[in-house]
Parts: sequence; structure tokens; C-alpha cells
Amino acid sequence: MSGPGRPGRDDSPDRLYTLTGGRSRSGENSPFDLVTLVVAECDPAPGMQSEHAAILRMTERPTAVVEIAAELRLPVSITKILLTDLLDAGRVSARHPRREAVPDLDILEQVLVGLRNL
Amino acid sequence: MDSATSRASAPLGASADNGLKIVVVGGFGVGKTTLVRSVSEIRPLNTEETMTQAGASVDDLTGVGAKTATTVAFDFGRITLDARNVLYLFGAPGQQRFWFLWDRLFSGTLGAVVLVDTRRIDDSWYAIDRLEKHGTPFVVACNDFGGPEFAPEQIREALDLDPHVPLVRCDARSRESSKLVLITLVEHVAALYAGAGAGTRPAAPARASRQELV
Repeated sequence: MSGPGRPGRDDSPDRLYTLTGGRSRSGENSPFDLVTLVVAECDPAPGMQSEHAAILRMTERPTAVVEIAAELRLPVSITKILLTDLLDAGRVSARHPRREAVPDLDILEQVLVGLRNL
Repeated sequence: MDSATSRASAPLGASADNGLKIVVVGGFGVGKTTLVRSVSEIRPLNTEETMTQAGASVDDLTGVGAKTATTVAFDFGRITLDARNVLYLFGAPGQQRFWFLWDRLFSGTLGAVVLVDTRRIDDSWYAIDRLEKHGTPFVVACNDFGGPEFAPEQIREALDLDPHVPLVRCDARSRESSKLVLITLVEHVAALYAGAGAGTRPAAPARASRQELV
């Protein structure tokens, strides 16, 4: 299923370790959901970690965490760590999914309307 | 991988602010990616999640060691519903190791479609059992592979399916058919929560578009 060169499975773990400065756990309590929409708040700057710069380029328009992970070819948890760095630095903003204990019937109705109009 | 071109060709609108999830679960080769592709506005992309933490051992029955990563790959597609709502469709393998990651990946999902190949109906038992345990609303869709037709009662019995769970036939290659599977799911979810909620809302929306319900 994964193409050649996908990190996380085929690469040495060292690269992932380096990417995140050795952090591996913060994905657990990350504020980011798979479908949190991320929006860049600034342009990439010289000297920025290349993955951070890539994220800023691809989030000029709202882009979901899972799309960013797919494009970076990184596991979702590693992508969330990179996003947390950018969020903490104010370089991106995050539009989290609306989460109620029970789905909002208005939202469900909007989903139905959207699907029927496909 | 064609992710860069396919994604860049369809950026979301600037006002998009609410991501929603529906998960399509099923065994290998049952047509999950086909279904996602037939309704997605982007070519389905593939990504993966890895779990290396202690949590993996909580209900680990397979003897995977603590230091061994559990990696699952999954496909996804996207449907822009309106200016604010974007629906992400995930195609997820139904096998056991995948469920370690269910909560992390798919908590808050609207619901699930269990895609069934009636020639390999046993493949679906585990997924249905897990969804019931998780309390995730789901519908069952039998992908038409041109095999022998089974009566709906036979399928329900073989799957030990609760009578309230919708069972539909579909052709995952067809956009219209796949779309109707999703509509059936969302109507089912709406009916569940309308029934459980304050009761001030009408129950299920009109079912004029409901696919052949078997």
C-alpha cells in the first residue's frame, strides 16, 4: 500500500527522531485531530526546518492534518508534532472539528444536503 | 504517489472550518478505496499511523512486543459539502491490529460504513463487533461483485446484524451508488440522535432518495 520511500516504515527511525528532536510522545495528547484544518499565518522563512516550511506552503488554504501527513509522507503522529511546533510559534492556526457529545442535528442536515447535491 | 498534484489541484475554500469524518471499514479487496474514489473530489491519498507506546499492549492479543511498532496504512478522500463543512472519507482495514488505533484516528467520527463482500462475509464479523463495542453508528453495504445474490435475511443472519442497522447493496464503482450509501449512513445517524435527543425535532429526514434498502 505504501509507495517506495515512505518514511516511518521503510526508513531508519533515525530520520523521524531527528525531525522531531527526539520527541515521540506528544502525538498522544496533541490538540490536533486527523481532520483539524490548518491555516498558515506566515510565509516560510529562511533557515526554517524544511518540513515546517513545506507545511506553511501547503496550508495557504485550509488543509487537514491528514492531507499534510500524506503530502509530507510522514506518519500522522510525527506530523502532529511538527504542527504543534508551528502552532506554539503562532505560525499556523488550527480550526478544530466541532465536537459535541452528540452530533449536532443541524450539522447532520448540512451533511445530507451537501451529499445530495454531489 | 501523486499526492502533490492531486491535492494542489483542489484546495479548500478559505472559509472551510469544520472537518467531519466517515470511516469505510472492510476486508482486503472489498472495495474501500474504490468507494472512496468514486465520491472523492481528490484522488484518494494514502497515509499511515504508527503506535509504539504502551497503549498498544492493553488489549494486545497477538504477542507484539512493547517495542514493536504497530503501523496501519489507510486511504482517504475528501468531499466539500459547503463553504464551511468538509467531509473526509477514510478507508480503513478491518483487521485486528487496526483497532488499536481507532480511538486516536477516528474518535468523533460521524459513523462508519462496513463494506461487505458477500463471498467473504466472515471478514466483516470483527469490524461489526468492534463498532458495536465502540458505540459507533454504522450501516452495512454489500458491494456487488456479480456473485450469487443472497436474500437480505440471509445476509443479516450471517452477520448477526441488529435489525435496526440499515443494510444496502451498492456498486462501489458508481458515484451515485456510493453517494447513496453515505446518505443512508447519515440519515441513520440523524434518526438515532433525533430519537435519543430532546424529541423537538422531526425524526428521520425524508427518505425519498433512499437506495434500495434490503
